Amino acid sequence: MFDTLRTLFLTALHAFHRRATVQYPEQQPYLPPRYRGRIILSRDPDGMERCVACNLCAVVCPVDCISLQKTEADGRWYPEYFRINFSRCIFCGFCEEACPTYAIQLTPDFEMGEYARHNLVYEKEDLLISGTGKYPEYSFYNVAGIPIPGKARGTSERERPPVDLHSLLP
Amino acid sequence: MTTIRIDGRDCPTRSDINLLQACLEAGANLPYFCWHPELGSVGACRQCAIKQFSGPDDRKGRIVMACMTPVSENTIISIDDPEARDFRASVIEWMMVNHPHDCPVCEEGGECHLQDMTVMTGHNTRRYRFTKRTHRNQDLGPFVKHEMNRCIACYRCVRFYRDYAGGDDLAAFASHDNVYFGRAEDGTLQNAFSGNLVEICPTGVFTDKPFSTVYTRKWDMRGTPSVCVHCAVGCNTIVNAREETLRRVLNRYNTDINRYVLCDRGRFGHGFVNAPTRIRTPLNTIDGQQVSVPMADALTAFARMAAKGRIVGIASPRAALETCFSLHTLVGPQHFATGQTRHEQECTELAHALLTRHPGALPTLHEMESADAVLVLGEDVCATAPRLGLSLRQSVRQASFHTADNAKVPRWMDAAVRTLGSECPSALHVMTPAPTDLDSVAAETFRAAPDDIARLGFAIAHEIDPSATPVTDLAPDDAVRATRIAHALMAARKPLIVSGMQYGSLALMQAASSIAAALARATPAAGLSLVLPECNSMGLAMIGGLPLETVMEQARAGEISTLIIVENDLTRDLSPADVAELVAAVPDIVVIDHTVTPLCHHASLILPVAAFSECSGTLVSQEGRAQRFFQVVFPPAPIQAGWRWIQALARSLDPPPRPITGLLGWRDLNEVLAALAMAFPNLAQAAMAAPGADYRINGEKLRSQTYRASGRTVIRSFISVRDQPPPASPDTPFSSSMEGAYGPEMPGALVPTYQAPAWNSVQALNRFQFEIGGPMRGGPSGIRLLSHAEHHDTEPHPYAYATDIPAPYAPQADAVLVLPDTRLFGSEELSMFSPPIIARSTAPMLGLPASVTTSDRMVLHLEDGPHILPVEPVPGLPAGIALCPAHMVARAFRFPRMARLETVPGEGERS
Repeated sequence: MFDTLRTLFLTALHAFHRRATVQYPEQQPYLPPRYRGRIILSRDPDGMERCVACNLCAVVCPVDCISLQKTEADGRWYPEYFRINFSRCIFCGFCEEACPTYAIQLTPDFEMGEYARHNLVYEKEDLLISGTGKYPEYSFYNVAGIPIPGKARGTSERERPPVDLHSLLP
Repeated sequence: MTTIRIDGRDCPTRSDINLLQACLEAGANLPYFCWHPELGSVGACRQCAIKQFSGPDDRKGRIVMACMTPVSENTIISIDDPEARDFRASVIEWMMVNHPHDCPVCEEGGECHLQDMTVMTGHNTRRYRFTKRTHRNQDLGPFVKHEMNRCIACYRCVRFYRDYAGGDDLAAFASHDNVYFGRAEDGTLQNAFSGNLVEICPTGVFTDKPFSTVYTRKWDMRGTPSVCVHCAVGCNTIVNAREETLRRVLNRYNTDINRYVLCDRGRFGHGFVNAPTRIRTPLNTIDGQQVSVPMADALTAFARMAAKGRIVGIASPRAALETCFSLHTLVGPQHFATGQTRHEQECTELAHALLTRHPGALPTLHEMESADAVLVLGEDVCATAPRLGLSLRQSVRQASFHTADNAKVPRWMDAAVRTLGSECPSALHVMTPAPTDLDSVAAETFRAAPDDIARLGFAIAHEIDPSATPVTDLAPDDAVRATRIAHALMAARKPLIVSGMQYGSLALMQAASSIAAALARATPAAGLSLVLPECNSMGLAMIGGLPLETVMEQARAGEISTLIIVENDLTRDLSPADVAELVAAVPDIVVIDHTVTPLCHHASLILPVAAFSECSGTLVSQEGRAQRFFQVVFPPAPIQAGWRWIQALARSLDPPPRPITGLLGWRDLNEVLAALAMAFPNLAQAAMAAPGADYRINGEKLRSQTYRASGRTVIRSFISVRDQPPPASPDTPFSSSMEGAYGPEMPGALVPTYQAPAWNSVQALNRFQFEIGGPMRGGPSGIRLLSHAEHHDTEPHPYAYATDIPAPYAPQADAVLVLPDTRLFGSEELSMFSPPIIARSTAPMLGLPASVTTSDRMVLHLEDGPHILPVEPVPGLPAGIALCPAHMVARAFRFPRMARLETVPGEGERS
């Protein structure tokens, strides 16, 4: 008898607790910046694509849902196509960890439901954003030895000017 | 054999090697850079430091460079010793000081020896915080990309390029931290083996330029073993593909043939496979227009043609054995032509006969490297069989090896042996009409017309064996020369005679075989090697068939209703007039080819056949070695292997004109090869060139993708998001996916890629060999069909020497003898569809003796009309001879031939 009354009381007490249910979609949940949601490709501070098509995200992907092909323009490497099959993606974030250029990033967005699976295949134009994402300062080509338009050989961070082979000095 | 102790483990090893080799052969992981199995040791990089102890009681030991220390009995060494580890870690840390932060944009990434060695050494954090040295790059031509920032100064590139391959336009410049490897100025690397820098360089300084445009990481590409189709040497290759396009060709180690090195034509000539000139659908000629039709319509059209009368088949020396044989089965031996002119066919059949009859040895390329006297008789091997030329270049070092042995310097001590060898005489004699790349290392060169070279050859044979046919009225100089060379050859323990059919001279090959046979009486190791023109010339010679001239006669007589031409561009063999006559006389021509050739414009029906990367088959190299190539690309439906097309044609016949049931029933390559063995007993062993399609390791197929291939669930999702099964490959023991067996013990003919734990670069090959530079763990690749061992054990019947000695060549006043100027880039058919090779080929020039070069341009009258050509003086070219690039001036270029040469009207003579 006491147990029954206690149960009723406790249940009634919940009516006065703070509600745990979020009224999604009217009410949006808080997602921290490092939430692992929809994958994007970001750009350098100078507005160029960050992805250099090194294939490390593709190889680290445990479900093999990333595929790309390298191409090259003015010494910069780009993906000719960059394709993610989100119907396979498990949002593990390994691709972001593997990325040497901070190009691929996971964002706090999970609203990607589709009625047709093929709509979950994202191409480069679907993935590429116009900003730098979580890393506003970083530019891979500033630290790599490869010259690109606007950055001559030997002018990356911590580089000396090119060796003059005709010099007789030691 | 001896035993050494590595970290407390007793390892049996050989005594004539260094400790680095011994450690690698024992399966230990010891990092190294400057040592290379083919280049030996110089001790430049200091990376392979180990601890050596003077005895069991020695606790302290001393650090030695493993690559510079010979193995001796009871050597005790330690790789894991903390001091040695620290030493190696500090060496690599210094090397990495200037290495750029480039790996994501480096073509070597993922198969980089430097990456592997850095990981192996444990160096994972850069402590250096100062500035890095940088270099300017050079444009090294269409094959090789240069990125000097990545250099670690191991000196492998210049040692390979200059010392091994004989190039002179790559060198080391500057000193200490600034050392630079490149050319004196920007420009194309001229050596025929420049592409090997890509594999020789332990990091990404030299990378594959054509591959870079379609770049994919090593782990993402499917790979299968293949055989080079660009000459008759039969170098082994690995072909890599992704997304059903061929991406690159790599060297595949074959201990007997190409070993570590592949020529540039083989490495970069594969571009024809992806070229826009590929035929991708059947084309039927309707109202004079070639229109793309479905396969069923094409076969119906063929059935209608075949109903009209006799079918004659023309095979090709560049088609696989199975394709030629299936055509032979379809049309029958009376109507099967080899697709060669009578002269070319006589030459290949003679080469086959001479090699079969030869009482001495038929050396492999590797055996040629140890020949101690070589005579090249009328063949520019550096152009017709480049890899063979490189082997001959190595043979010159034999004398230096003997000197080194006497001086007790180990042969792998590269710098010391080369210094000793700089005084040693060469034993290479080159006799050709025109200069060759081997002249620079030859003891003696002799320039003469092919007939005169053949006469000298016969004289040498007579000098060695008096029962050989003598040469009368030989010039006194030549007689002296013949005696001198004969004595040089007789003094050798492993003499070698090389000739070939470059100049279309039967006498040259007869002379070469006479010398080799004469030598073989006293020296059983006397070798003979004959160079053939195409990748399956030897296989076709063993099948046999009608020459093109006979087909022409039958066509003129109106006996041919349908002509099936398989992978053969007859416009390279028949003059335009002959082609026009053939087209007019034959109602229907069916061309089965992978590339649009000029012949295709005359065809009624064109069927798209698979190129070497898209099907499996067998090729017989010039040394009679049957070798299998395997499918790596799975092309869309109408493209299929040649024998499958011919089977489809046979099935479309209604009713079948003859019992060709065997052809109709073949299901896979094994059954084709079984039928081939029944029909041609001399080719029966071709089936054993590689394990068949039913071969399994532990019940599994072998995988052709790496275990870490990426993008499986997305790569074709732009077509359909549903997963597709991997394509079936009924003709190969390979699964087309990443599932299957793989390991260093797999058969040598089936190695799809080189990878071992901790070894991701091509240097992982070490793990696949019993001994470094020795046979593969999984056994040899390919099988020799020409056996030569049995017949000199029994009654030694006298060798039948050739008796028809040609008359000396007499220059004529009104005509010149036109000989082919065979070019590495330009003369071979398929590689000239490959963009980097096209970029590397140069415009045709007419080579004339320097003394008669009076004008800048001359008119050469060939059978298809006059050709105005720029003139290039060729030093040493005998009088009365002109060199004309084969197939580049007149497409159908038959030689040797006499032709009229005159000055360009209206142009004055050069003062």
